[in-house]
Amino acid sequence: MDFQEVVDSLPRYAEPLLVTVQVTLASAALALVVAFALGLMTSSKRLAVRTPARAFVEFFRGSSVVVQLFWFAFAMPVVLGIQFDYAIIAGIIALGLNYGAYCSEVVRGAIAAVPPGQLEASLAVNFTPFQRLRLVVLPQAWPEMIPSLCAFAIMLLKASALVSLISVTDLTAMAGLIGGQNGGQNLLAHYGLILVIYFVLAWLIWTGMRALERRAKRGIGIDAKPVKGRLTPAVAEKGLA
Amino acid sequence: MNEWNNEIVVEIFPAMWQGFIVVLQVTLVAGLIAVLLGLLVAVGLRIGPPWLRRVLSAVFQFIRNTPLLVQVLFVWTATSYYINPEWSAFAVGSAVLGVHYASYTMESYRAGIEAIPVGQWEAATALSLPTHRVWGAIVLPQMLRRSAAAVANWIIAMFKEVPTLFVIGVLEMIAQAQKYQGQHYDGAVEGYTIAGILFLAASYPVAVAARRLENRLAKSNF
Repeated sequence: MDFQEVVDSLPRYAEPLLVTVQVTLASAALALVVAFALGLMTSSKRLAVRTPARAFVEFFRGSSVVVQLFWFAFAMPVVLGIQFDYAIIAGIIALGLNYGAYCSEVVRGAIAAVPPGQLEASLAVNFTPFQRLRLVVLPQAWPEMIPSLCAFAIMLLKASALVSLISVTDLTAMAGLIGGQNGGQNLLAHYGLILVIYFVLAWLIWTGMRALERRAKRGIGIDAKPVKGRLTPAVAEKGLA
Repeated sequence: MNEWNNEIVVEIFPAMWQGFIVVLQVTLVAGLIAVLLGLLVAVGLRIGPPWLRRVLSAVFQFIRNTPLLVQVLFVWTATSYYINPEWSAFAVGSAVLGVHYASYTMESYRAGIEAIPVGQWEAATALSLPTHRVWGAIVLPQMLRRSAAAVANWIIAMFKEVPTLFVIGVLEMIAQAQKYQGQHYDGAVEGYTIAGILFLAASYPVAVAARRLENRLAKSNF
């Protein structure tokens, strides 16, 4: 193995790194929107609102994210006649919808955990449903969601490596590309290098989310004490439910 | 490229079914590794010497925070270039998948151990039970009940990540669909749709059962 070659090729990772970050951020944004929409819908009292959202969630959670990725990239253009200009968009949509479905359960759980007295009080002061949601439910549910959403954000970062399979040049694809030169003698070193890069990115997400959680909890007067280097308690106790 | 074609469905289904069987086999092997190794590490983190705890927790934190796909490629490169090129993709892939998910199940076991009331530990100490009795008779029975649903959920999640292994040539469903496409220049829609439906059909009933188990365990006060 030639480590000098690995060090020299570092600048070539700049652009793929940006691609990985883009895919992660864009699909996280989509996932958050989908999660709140579906989470609010599945919390609804009306069966007509709840049922389609439930079906959507179960469908995306039940079929594998890898299969969905391939379906959006290669089958959807044929079936629906929608052809994206860039494969990266198919990747973002597949990851965003899949993780949105998972996160909607987090949103639903956090909303259900708001004490009923709070809802009764907001009814007593004659809030409209929207006021109730904006002023009472969400400010209390949001800090509860953040640790679990953080765990999912890191899983999303990890899943973003899958877009290399539908020919998007992210970190994983680049490592295969550069490492594959000269008969692959440096392949292992390149894969090792990007493992470390992914770990640093995950650590950044974790640090950012922790700061966000502290701020959100201070907003409603609670101290946050996350434990370093562990899977967030809610996810550890329940698994990927 | 054309529309959905029922003839292709009939033609491709046997291959997809074969791929599905491979997925189940991988799930069985990797699931066993995840369940047993996770338990071993969780217990090791509790009773091991300090240096071992530090190493274990650092290693598994790294595994948990890096992509499975890159880990699979890394280990596959290591075995096929440097260790032993004879090792099959099935064995290497299952091992990596199992260890990856052990890093998750381990956390669920740990949460289960930490949920055991302090009084239980104190009582065990008061009776001066030997370590193997403390774990065998008191901690494990309580902890396994608490962690069962979470671990089941991780195994279901793992089952749905098996297709990742097609990159190293495990002949699961994605690989079968691509093989068919390579021979016939068609069948993308049918292949991937069948794969999705098979996953849904297999994982949904199990997920519902796991949720029932979770609710039942949450209700019973133990």
